[in-house]
Amino acid sequence: MKITQKDVQYVADLANLELTDDERTRMEKDLNQILGYIDLLSEVDTSNVPAMAQVGETSLEDPLRADEPKECLPRDLALKNAPQTDGSFFRVPKVIER
Amino acid sequence: MPDDLNLNLLTISSARAAVQERQTTATSLVEKFYSKIEIEDRPVGGTNAYLTLTRERALEQASKLDRIVDQGDPLPPLGGVPVGIKDVIVTGGVRTTAGSKILGNYVPPYDSTAVTRLERAGAIVLGKLNCDEFAMGSSNENSAWGPVRNPRDLSRVPGGSSGGSAAAAAAGTAVATLGSDTGGSIRQPAAFCGVVGLMPTYGRVSRYGLIAFGSSLDHIGPLTRSVKDAAILLRHLAGHDPMDTTSSRVAVPDYEQEIEKPVRGLRVGVPTEYFPSELDSEVGKSVEAGIELLAGAGCEVKSISLPNTKYAIPTYYIVATAEASSNLARYDGVRYGYRSQNSKTLREMYRRSRDEGFGPEVKRRIMLGTYALSAGYYDAYYLKAQQVRTLIARDFLEAFKEVDVIVTPTTPTPAFKLGEKSDDPLSMYLADIFTVTASLAGIPGISVPCGETKNGLPIGMQILGRHFDEATILRLAHAFEHARAASLSRSA
Repeated sequence: MKITQKDVQYVADLANLELTDDERTRMEKDLNQILGYIDLLSEVDTSNVPAMAQVGETSLEDPLRADEPKECLPRDLALKNAPQTDGSFFRVPKVIER
Repeated sequence: MPDDLNLNLLTISSARAAVQERQTTATSLVEKFYSKIEIEDRPVGGTNAYLTLTRERALEQASKLDRIVDQGDPLPPLGGVPVGIKDVIVTGGVRTTAGSKILGNYVPPYDSTAVTRLERAGAIVLGKLNCDEFAMGSSNENSAWGPVRNPRDLSRVPGGSSGGSAAAAAAGTAVATLGSDTGGSIRQPAAFCGVVGLMPTYGRVSRYGLIAFGSSLDHIGPLTRSVKDAAILLRHLAGHDPMDTTSSRVAVPDYEQEIEKPVRGLRVGVPTEYFPSELDSEVGKSVEAGIELLAGAGCEVKSISLPNTKYAIPTYYIVATAEASSNLARYDGVRYGYRSQNSKTLREMYRRSRDEGFGPEVKRRIMLGTYALSAGYYDAYYLKAQQVRTLIARDFLEAFKEVDVIVTPTTPTPAFKLGEKSDDPLSMYLADIFTVTASLAGIPGISVPCGETKNGLPIGMQILGRHFDEATILRLAHAFEHARAASLSRSA
């Protein structure tokens, strides 16, 4: 399977990346090289092999905890790293495009 | 006050003892480390391991410890031990960048559990350590803040992604450091810099506050100058944390005691797949000599096979990038991190912020991961990789029926030159060829120094063990460290 410039643009759109022309060219080359190597996996017979769903030994531990309200991050701290706020909410550019 | 401490030789116990026995004070020890950092860790011409120094926080902790000594009370177990923290592990009130421009001004509102636990045990955090951006890389050249240089040879890379953590431990600009390991990011730089690096079992150490890369592969672990120090740190780091549901409730043994047990009769497996013809000959010879030493210590060495080893790199680079593409979707310029100015719409803001904020390797991995998860390719790539991952894990489970530990080289070559692989992503990925297998299987692994090349570059030997059996790999590594020291002093 060969990746084309069109594929690169499609995936960049999915990933919310805006690549420059140079980056797209480079990406096409790199992805083809890496995926070419990854094609090695196609020779492995994986019929009847389950996909790994849990890392390590299966644990019998119950990961659930009681659903009790606890203190959460205060609003001023939660907003402190935001590039733009109005003091109560995060501010972003217009969402609806015309 | 007599003050002839050699910072390069300090260990956890000797640093604590020096403060406890008033050979120095914690405050003066901290100042000494900062002077050393200023001289040896310059961004240009030095190692460039530290990104942010936490002087105020360190001095505050030091003065608390000094008061304890003044009152004649015993220090806590890590009391007076200066440590450095990889910059993917968050520190409340202290800038944490993950080596990325996109988090260049990020000041986390909370501490990671690992840092909380070390500080509670008396450790002093000196600062935050450079790393590959979002822990993606094997040379530390992907940091937005410039590469770290290997203290053993400044023209060479320290390995990655915990390059700053390995360099600081090796250079003695910290007694010990924390790193993170997703595909080898603790063990590989430890090998390149000549220090001990431990990746614990998946779930052994809480990841609350670790900036996520590949969530089914991410681990926090220590880098130290001795196996004993790694054992001590693991004791304090390990254990269940209600803030991380993937952290395990399996009991935490006293690793410091465990490592003193004898190794005679331990069954050591040596997988043929880890000694290919392309293996650097000095690395191969050094690890083989190391295995001889283990046999000399009474271990039973046998050849084993891990037949799916060659599929580990392709498997890893699908699973890790797929998870990364999802984890890194959160960097959108809204709640924290870099935002591109003057975008007219929300979507444009997202795209420009990410494009300007992320470096080339991070974008490459987001693209690869997004592709592997996209409609029509999921089965061929992601599902297939997760199936092969099962086979790789089964290889280990089978092997551990016959042997107690597995010994391999940590890396196929010693530290390479800066720039040598930076333009060839695939050849960089292959630097992880011996470390990604354990990451995929979730088993613990340690890299311990086992020799040097003719040019004086360190070589690391990797010891892998069963799930939650860090005690055995630490025990063997500790015995090896002593056997090697004895054999070096005999030949000197």
